[in-house]
This record gives sequence, C-alpha cells and structure tokens, in this order.
Amino acid sequence: MSVDVSKVATTNGSTPATTKGAQRAGAIANWADERLGLGSAMKKNIRKVFPDHWSFMLGEIALWSFVVLLLTGVFLTLWFDPSMTEIQYNGSYDPLRGVHMSSAMASTLDISFDVRGGLLMRQMHHWAAMIFIASMMIHMLRVYLTGAFRKPREVNWIIGCLLLLLGTIEGFTGYSLPDDLLSGTGVRAADGFMKATPVVGTYMSFFLFGGEFPGDAIIPRFYAMHILLIPGLLLALIAAHMLLLVYHKHTQWPGPGRTEQNVVGYPMLPVYAAKAGGFFFIVFGVTALMGGLFSINNVWKLGPYDPSKVTAGSQPDWYMGWPDGLLRIIPPWETHLWGITISWNVMLPILVMPPLMLMILMALPFIESWLTGDKREHHLLQRPRNAPTRTAIMVALMTFYGLSWAAGGNDIIAIKLHLSINQITYFMRGAVFIGPVIAFIITRRWCISLQRHDEGKLLHGFESGVLVRSPEGGYAEKHLPLPEGQAYTLTARDDDPVPETPEQIEASGATGRDLRARKLRARLATLFFADNVQKPTAEEIHEAQHHAEHELHELESQIAAGPNRHGPADH
Amino acid sequence: MSDAHDTHSPQGGEIVPTGPIADPGLPDHQWRPTDVDPAKEKRAERQVAILFGLSAVSTVAFLVAYFTFDIGDNWDVIGGFGASTMALGLTLGLALLFIGVGVIHWARKLMADHEISELRHPARSSDDDREVAVQALTDGINESGIGRRPLIRNSLLGAVGLLGLPAIVMLRDLGPLPGKKLYHTIWGSGTKQAPMRIVRDGIWTPILASDLEIGDLVNCQPDALHNPERYGIDPSEVEGVNLQIHKSKASLILLRMNPGDIKPGKAADGSSRANWTVDGIVAYSKICTHVGCPISLNERTTHHLLCPCHQSTFDLADSGRVVFGPAGRPLPQLAISVDDEGYLVAQHDFDEPVGPSFWERDYYER
Amino acid sequence: MRLLNRSAGRLSRHRRGPIAGLLVLVCGLLLTGGMYAAFAPAQADSNQSQEELVKEGRELFLVGCAFCHGQNGEGVLTQGGSQYGPALTDVGSAAVDFQVGTGRMPMAQPGAQAPRKEVVYTKDEIAALSAYVGSLGTGPQIPDAELYSTDGMSQKDVDELVSRGGQIFLANCTACHNFEGSGGAMPRGGFAPKIRGVDSKHIYEAMLTGPQSMDTFSDGNIPPEDKKAVIAYLNELNDAPSYSGFTLGSLGPVSEGIIAWVGGLGILVGFAVWIAAHTTRSSKKKDEAAA
Repeated sequence: MSVDVSKVATTNGSTPATTKGAQRAGAIANWADERLGLGSAMKKNIRKVFPDHWSFMLGEIALWSFVVLLLTGVFLTLWFDPSMTEIQYNGSYDPLRGVHMSSAMASTLDISFDVRGGLLMRQMHHWAAMIFIASMMIHMLRVYLTGAFRKPREVNWIIGCLLLLLGTIEGFTGYSLPDDLLSGTGVRAADGFMKATPVVGTYMSFFLFGGEFPGDAIIPRFYAMHILLIPGLLLALIAAHMLLLVYHKHTQWPGPGRTEQNVVGYPMLPVYAAKAGGFFFIVFGVTALMGGLFSINNVWKLGPYDPSKVTAGSQPDWYMGWPDGLLRIIPPWETHLWGITISWNVMLPILVMPPLMLMILMALPFIESWLTGDKREHHLLQRPRNAPTRTAIMVALMTFYGLSWAAGGNDIIAIKLHLSINQITYFMRGAVFIGPVIAFIITRRWCISLQRHDEGKLLHGFESGVLVRSPEGGYAEKHLPLPEGQAYTLTARDDDPVPETPEQIEASGATGRDLRARKLRARLATLFFADNVQKPTAEEIHEAQHHAEHELHELESQIAAGPNRHGPADH
Repeated sequence: MSDAHDTHSPQGGEIVPTGPIADPGLPDHQWRPTDVDPAKEKRAERQVAILFGLSAVSTVAFLVAYFTFDIGDNWDVIGGFGASTMALGLTLGLALLFIGVGVIHWARKLMADHEISELRHPARSSDDDREVAVQALTDGINESGIGRRPLIRNSLLGAVGLLGLPAIVMLRDLGPLPGKKLYHTIWGSGTKQAPMRIVRDGIWTPILASDLEIGDLVNCQPDALHNPERYGIDPSEVEGVNLQIHKSKASLILLRMNPGDIKPGKAADGSSRANWTVDGIVAYSKICTHVGCPISLNERTTHHLLCPCHQSTFDLADSGRVVFGPAGRPLPQLAISVDDEGYLVAQHDFDEPVGPSFWERDYYER
Repeated sequence: MRLLNRSAGRLSRHRRGPIAGLLVLVCGLLLTGGMYAAFAPAQADSNQSQEELVKEGRELFLVGCAFCHGQNGEGVLTQGGSQYGPALTDVGSAAVDFQVGTGRMPMAQPGAQAPRKEVVYTKDEIAALSAYVGSLGTGPQIPDAELYSTDGMSQKDVDELVSRGGQIFLANCTACHNFEGSGGAMPRGGFAPKIRGVDSKHIYEAMLTGPQSMDTFSDGNIPPEDKKAVIAYLNELNDAPSYSGFTLGSLGPVSEGIIAWVGGLGILVGFAVWIAAHTTRSSKKKDEAAA
C-alpha cells in the first residue's frame, strides 16, 4: 500500500517528523504484508460494500450485545466462585448475615455489595443477555419475512437457528449460576423435565446433578458450560455466520440500479466501519444505562436457594417463557401403564414442542423451495406482502409463540388485569390452537390487499390529495403517476412460478411415489400462491397510463372551459 | 459470468426481474448541506468534537463516582437509590453513548457518502474449479487406495467407531445410579422410641396438636434435619448438600381444618387414610407432583393448594386430589400421629415417591 | 353534608333490592347519627370505659355491618346457603381492626375478595367496632405495640431479628406474597395482596387472623417473637435503598422481560433507524457551491 503523504505534509508544516512517521507506518505495513499477505485480503474487503437499511442492523445488535456479554462476563468471573460448598454468609448485606448459603450465592452477593461497579456489571450482563436473544429473534424474523433465507443463504439460516438455540441454553445456564431462590426453582423444574424423559430420565438427572437433586455439582458444571463450552461454540458459529455473510454479500432491497447482480451501498471503510463501530458503543452504552437504572434479579431479596422455599411470580427469563407457558396450560395428562409412567404433561411442552419449533424453523427454507420449485439464487429482498403465505406462516408461528409466552405470565396477567388464573388458562388452551389459524388467514388476506393497493398505485397513480370538481358538480381526486423510481421499485419483483397442472404431471410420465409427490407439491404450491397479485405487464401499465392521461386531459379541459377556473387543478 | 450451461444460476434465462418498467439506474448523487456549505461542515465538525468531549467528561465523572460513592455495609443513597450503581451506570452509559453518537454523526454528516456498486458473483465455484477440485479429490483417494482395500477401510472404520465408546463410558462417573433413592425420604428414619417429629421450618421447634388453630398452615421439616442425634443419624448426613437433598423431598405442609371437611382417601395398600390425621390436622408433601416446585399457596376457605410455578391446584381435604392445572397426580399425604409428649410425628414414610413423576416410578415396593 | 353524600353514594352502589333506596336513606341517616355520637364523646372524653366502647361499637355495627354480618354478628346466609357475610362471633378484635383499619371492610360489593381501599371509619370508630366484635366471643385481640415494634431494641438485636425474619418470611410468606412482598395470584381470581408499606400492626393482625382466604399463623404456628422478626424484615425491605435502580414493580422476570424488549431493544432499534436514515440533501451541486 502506498501512503499518500502529500496532505499529511501540508497540514503539518514542513518538519520531517511526519514523513518519518509515514515512512514508519509504511515499513510496518510492509513487514506485516511480507509475512501475512494482508494486502490481497484487504484489497478485496476494505472497501466492501454494505447496503444501508435499519432492518439490516438488527443482527448487529445481537453481535454487539454478545461482545458486551463477553466483556462484562469476564469481569464477573474475576469474583464469582462457582462452588456449592455451604458457607455462612458474612458479607455486607445485613439481612442475610449469618445465613447458610453456597459459595456461588455468597460470591454473587459480594459482587453486588462489596465490589464497586459489580452490581452494575451483573445487571449489564443480565440485560445484555436478554437483549442478545431478543435481537437474534427479531433479526431472524426480518430475514424470514424478507425472503433473505433463500438460496444461497440456507446454511446461514441454519447457523442462525443454532445460534438462537445456543443463546437460549447459554442464558439458562447463566440464570442458574447465582444459586438464588429463583434460579434454584428453575433448576428444580429442569430436574423435573429430565425425570420426565422416557426410560433414562432418572439416570440423566442423577448424572447431571452428580447424584440426587440438587447435589453439589450442577453449578460448577453449568459454569463450565456457561463460560467455556457454549461461548466457544457461539463464537465459532458467529464467525461462520459472518464469513458467509461476507462471502454471499449482503442482500438488498430492490430499487433503481439495485439488481440481483450487484450490491449498492457504502464501503466498509470508512462509512460502514464508523456506523458499525458507533453502533457498538451505542449498544454498550444503552446496556450500561439499563444496568445502572433498572434492577434485574435482586438476588439478595430472593435469598439462597432452598428446596423448601418458593416465591410467587416464579418465572424463567423471557426466552424460556413460552415453553413454561405451555407447561402451565397443558391438561394433567399422565399415563400409568404396566408400571411405567409417561408424563405427557411435561414431555409435550418441554421435550417435544421446543425441539419441534426449532426443526420447523430450520426446515422452513427447504420446505418453501421444494414447494415453489425455486432453486435460483436470490439477493433482492421481497416485501412481506409479496409473499403472503410465507408471511402468514411466520405470523401464525409468532402468534403461537406469543400466546404461549403470555400463558407463561398468566399469574402476573391475572393480578394486573384482575382476572382469574383459571379462566386465563382455559382461554389459552383454546387460543394456542385457534389464534394462529386466525392470524394466518388475516395476515394472508391483508398481504394480498396490500398487493392490490400497490397494483392500484402502479396502474392508476397515487392519490395526490388534490380534489377537482367537474362542471357537472361531481368531485374526483386527481391521481398522479408514480415517479419512475418508485414505479420501478414496485415492479422489481419476480412473478410467482406457475405450479404444474395435473395434466402436465401425467404427461411427464411420472409414476408411483414420484407421481404422488409431484401432485402433492403442485396442490400445495397452488394453495401457496393462490390469490397473489402478480405485477402488471408493460402493456397493462402503458395502457393504464394512457388512459389516465386521457382522463386527466379531459378533466382539465372541462375545468378550463367551466366556471371553476381557479380550481385546484391549476396547481 | 455467463453460465449458459446451468439454468439454475442467477444469470440463467428468464429470472432476474425483467420487469415491465426498465431499470432507470442509480439516481444521481445528491450532496448534503455539509458537503456544499463550509459553515455547516464546520458546525458538524464541532458537534462531533463536542460529543467526544462530553464522553470524556462522563468518563471523568465515572472515575469520580467510583471513588466517591461508598458501597459495602454503608451505601451512599441518593433519592432512595444506591448512588454507586446508578452513578456508575449513568456515567459509563453516557460516556459510551456519546462516542457512539459522535462517530455516527461523523459518518452521516462528514464522511464521503457516495454509494458504491459492487458486482456479485454466484456462490457456486466455476466449472473449471469444480473439475480441478473433483480431479484432485479423486487422485487423492485413488492414491490412498482406500477404495481398493476394503479390509483396511473397514477395520479402520470399526476401530474409529469403537473409539466413541470410551467417550460415552467415561461420562459414567458423572453421578451415581438412582437406585431406590427417589422412593424414600428421611421421614422413614424415625424409630419406635423416637418417631420422626414434625418441626416448624426455619424455627425448628416441634409442634403440639393443640398449638394449631383451624385455618393454620405450617411449613414443616423433619426434626432429624436439625436434631439428627435423636434419631441415631450421623450429623454429616444432614449437612450441606445432604440437607438440601433431604429438604427437596421431605418438605411438608401441615394444615388444620375442620375434621368434618376431610374426606379420607385410600392409602397405596388400599387401607383407609382415616387415621392419618390428628384432630383435623393433615400433612402433605410440599413438593409439587408436576415438576417439583415447593407449594404452599393455600386458600384457607377451600383448602385448595396452588403451585406458584405452573398453577397446579390440589384439594387438601380430599387426599390432595388435583382440581386444576397440569399436575397428573395427587399430592402425597403423610400419615401423622402424636408421640408420648403430644408432639406431632410421622407414622411412617410417605407410601409413594414424592415430587415429579419419572418413568419407573410405579415400580415402587417398600 | 359532603360526608353524608359520600357515604350514601358508596352504599348505593351495592344495594340492588327494591328497598334499596329506603335502606340507603336509613343507613345514611343512622350513619350520620352514629358518627356524631362517635365524634362527640370521643372528643369530650378519650378514656372511655371498655363498656362504653362496646356499646358505641354496637351502634356502629348495626349501621355499617349488620346488613351482611347479622344483627349480632351471627353471619348471614344467602338463599343458596353460602355465606353472604360470615359470622363474626369468634373472629376477635384483631380481625376487625385489620379489616376495617385497612379499608377492606365495609366491602364495596359482595364478592370473592375484599381489596384494600380508603379507610371509611375513624380511628376511634374502629376501636369501638373492634371492641364490640371482640366482646362477642373468643378470638385474637388487637396486639400490643411491643409485639411488633422494634423500638428500644439495640441495632445488633434488630439486625439479628431481621436476618431471622427474612428466612421465616421466605419459608412462609413469599409463596403467595412474592419475595418483595408485592403480591401474587391465587386460584379463581383471588390474589395475595401487596404487603409492603403496610402498618406493622396490620401485618401482625393479618398473620393472626388470616383475612379472606389467607391461612392463619396463630401464635402456636409462628410464635410472637418470630412474627415480630418477619415484620422487622418487611420494614427493613421498606427502609433499604434500592441498590440496583428502579424496581419495575418488583414482579420478577415478567416485568424484566418487558423492559428488555420495549426499553432495551426498542431504543436500540430506534438508534438503528437513525443510523440508516438518509441525511438531508442539498439541492446545490458541490461545484456550484465551490464556485
């Protein structure tokens, strides 16, 4: 790399120091490049283009909050003692002095009360964890709803799903570490989940806890997972996620000059680096403000875990809320057969539903590409309305998630809204089935009506807000044609593929399973695209424009001839 | 970039929006006020510098707050809040935010903002590359001869596969086998001479039947946890982790109700539970049969006991029957009586395992 | 006059029968009379005898309580046979002091659970009512201040009491009332109320008498000294600064989750929108400006 010293020299006068400095920088760069070959790598990437849109930064929130988690987490490890050895607390918090507790709990109290900034770091760590998972989730929604998961990004979609899973496990293990009453209650429930596992349940529980619950092994074991195993996996997967992002280049919204073959935006250096770097400081800063202002998990009030104690409002952190909600609304199903016990009331909500949801998420790109037969690469995003069924599927899943989630807070809802827990539970038992269906139908029709609205704008122009009165006394709103750029953006989308007809399949000579599969696929694809509005053809647009111009002329000439000379049409 | 041989590539055929309207191309770049007006440029420059300056001030304030505000057993308090946490959080947060906002302001107002267009390449490798890669792989495999020597291949696969076993087997010592541990609690450790007394949790005093009034709910533990010698139990058996293990199974609630309200059920061996109570005092396991939360949210008027975790509700007047919620089994009842001194004691251990269900739970023999 | 109107208004909301209007009028008149009777002698002579207090309480009872609880506190059954107002013969004066002293009684309308609200009666009237109901039978009496107050104890003793009280609180109370005493839900629309910022005396009485559906914690259940410890702990919670910032209603993970989503993520997405938004554009060209 050559260093341009002309400017440096002028701004700094004529002293030779700067030139020397520049030479030194050049020498260092040369030294490094001769050993690392940085030049070729940087040549490609230093001005790499990233498109700008707010929704592209949601994943960045997750990335930066992960960095905040690493930083605050390292601080906490300096004092936290992951041991379940029972000691008598003799720290600064009076009301617990003399109480027996695990070293883990005592060191958590020490971090909170005897390390300056320790309580702040604890709270920042906890808030950052909640934001980490929340931002991964909305990032995932953005990717799905805009179709960014399509080829060639399916693998990155799967990595993202795994990150969400790992983030959740990381959160749960961290939540369990302080050994306070709430975290202990969570671990107790986890023990119940494990015991409900068919055949090997009690063995799994005894192995995990190093004996009978609660044992004295669970916190050291969770600690190892929480600070070593899972963060390591998270880091590796995040690296893979980012490398693939760089390799595929970011998707972009369609628009003038923005096509499937290019990516338009700002170069990494300087604008994107500044924006991303600045955003890191903002995420860090917001987390610090939250850590300083809002209390989270006041362990000193909960006291140490004791299997005989419990508190009202025993909830897990939000990301574990939805299986907990299902656990609350499941009917008391338990089968006793030939001396064995099958706990459907635990297995279905905890051991079946969350893995099933994850599987569904991971499979979504493949189901869609099988169904639509679309095997092309896609780099332009779709607006959610232009894939009505896809959007509706995600909204249905979100509705299921949201209702289960709300069920997880049924006791809080009951006291805050003066309702009966029992009635909420009965309602939710039905709502988790009916709600997603209703949400699916509404979303789908809503999307299609938005498509129609877009078509209307394309063909008949946008509502200008200008009212004109004809000589006959009738009023009409003047529609003006869309600016070229906007019109192009609206039409820059693929037509939906036309599913095979049964005759085509028959004619192709397919037989047996292949025949049935293709018929099923054709039927599903027909349903998938049913009622979607396709973009108008060039002729349709031309004709509509022609028609509109004609109408406008007519209207204007009438107005010019009529008494209302100063009508708004003059503007 | 032309891939005529592959119709699925992004360049293949009809794809890529051949829309009804021609692409007008990237709009012309428009300058920002800061690009064209030196006064505005200077102003933006000053703003960025001021933001960075404010950050520095906040950092200094952070350091001052760190050394000024006391924590430990003598927290400085401002407006009812711990001053240290709040001041540190505010100053640190602002110091970071000012840098972040300043950098972004810089990027938005002053850095060049020409949009650049970069060409994409298909994710797949070129055909030439593929060919070379496949050839290299084939060559490598051929030279190793693994395809031609199934004996070596199969024995290697077998040997490596077998190596998975140590990885699994070595986890064996994570914990002991369950054995019969889940079937028993320390309530069964009482003797004829010293039946297991029921004591108040946290207060650790035994309870006379006459102490309780109708409507009283007592959270209890077995006396052995506090007083092991009396039952011939080694004190180390009820310390530390062992104490927690015992509590997680033996925690008990006593409820005194009108004796007429109680509907005695059947014990596991089919006998009546009529003599399991003392003057309307009933004793139940405090551990929920759903996933094991301790429960003691009792409604005195209905004798319904609610679990705060998942809202299973049990009727304590009716053998702990489940009246609502996800729990699949009634709460285990403890048979109680009084000892020579009139204190409440357990007659014997629970006649079923307490706590959450597990697969082999019904293989229960005492 | 204002006082009269307010009382009448409050009663009229839950009288639905055909004679409601008449009853309201009668009640209002009697209440006014009763209040006058209560005020006047109380100001004249604050050291009434117990007998006079009971008599006065009886009058107040007939006006304000007898409709639901019966003329002699024997309770009133509905036609279906369930309790309209329960019998008060053996509830003791502590129960009355708690129920009326926290505004739970008189109830706004018959229902599952009486919520805490503005207190209707004056201190003297509450004393009279308690004395009357206490005289009807057995039941816990209003506790003396030394049973629940830590006044006069050394700081060290108070610290020990608080620490002990915390453990008893966590073993017996938090299951319903939450670890911060901010309350929780109970079956079928019931709720365990918030118990922070409540008078020490009322907490003691609540443990003693088991208001509404709460279990009782009689002296045989939790000894007086331990009740005092629980109260000392609750007062410590009230007095302690919030070390960790705003507590968000102290409801645990649900309110924390809402803050994380709405506050944390909401603000960050707001920043993202700002970062990616297009800056204002000038219509000028750079060359022109430079020229």
